Amino acid sequence: MNWEIIRELSSWACLIAGSFFCIAGAVGMLRLPDFFTRIHAASVVDSLGAGLILFGLALQAGWSTTLLKIVLTFAFMLLTGPTAVHAIAKSAIYDGYKPKLATKDDAEEQL
Amino acid sequence: MFECAATAILIVMVLTILRALAGPTLYDRILAVNTFGTATVLFIAVLGFLTGHPDFMDIALVYALINFIGTIALMKFTKYKDLGVAHEEEAA
Repeated sequence: MNWEIIRELSSWACLIAGSFFCIAGAVGMLRLPDFFTRIHAASVVDSLGAGLILFGLALQAGWSTTLLKIVLTFAFMLLTGPTAVHAIAKSAIYDGYKPKLATKDDAEEQL
Repeated sequence: MFECAATAILIVMVLTILRALAGPTLYDRILAVNTFGTATVLFIAVLGFLTGHPDFMDIALVYALINFIGTIALMKFTKYKDLGVAHEEEAA
């Protein structure tokens, strides 16, 4: 088993795992009940989904300028993703939205 | 394999667009558009490898920059209702 096969297989595994996490985050964004829980789902797409897909592409790229661009894109997304989502959450709080926390009454309604 | 990733990212884009159209509050829509931008960056990157032009990574990098600046500009606009105001120093 040579290194080429190992590289191909790990690249496939990363791309498929990244696709899974992206879809999981998007489904969560559609299904979760309020804005502050949807932030949690969006961060899955931003960090784990994007990271795994870009890592899979980096394994395909080999040692080239493309690899450098992929690393730069990933580093930039790692910096800006949480910053942007933090700004959105802060604006929502500033605008008066509150997280929908489960109170005792809610728990009794569930039963 | 690249086709699989591209299809998954297209599904993500459809789902986030649905949230952006349905989102009850303004911030839901902005969050959905931000995630849509992330998915677009990934889609451009995968598309480059799919068609055999890895140079598409340049476009993906620039799109990531524009996506961040657009989101921050929208946040400033929703807070101050004006893009031209300077940041106010908070009096202690």
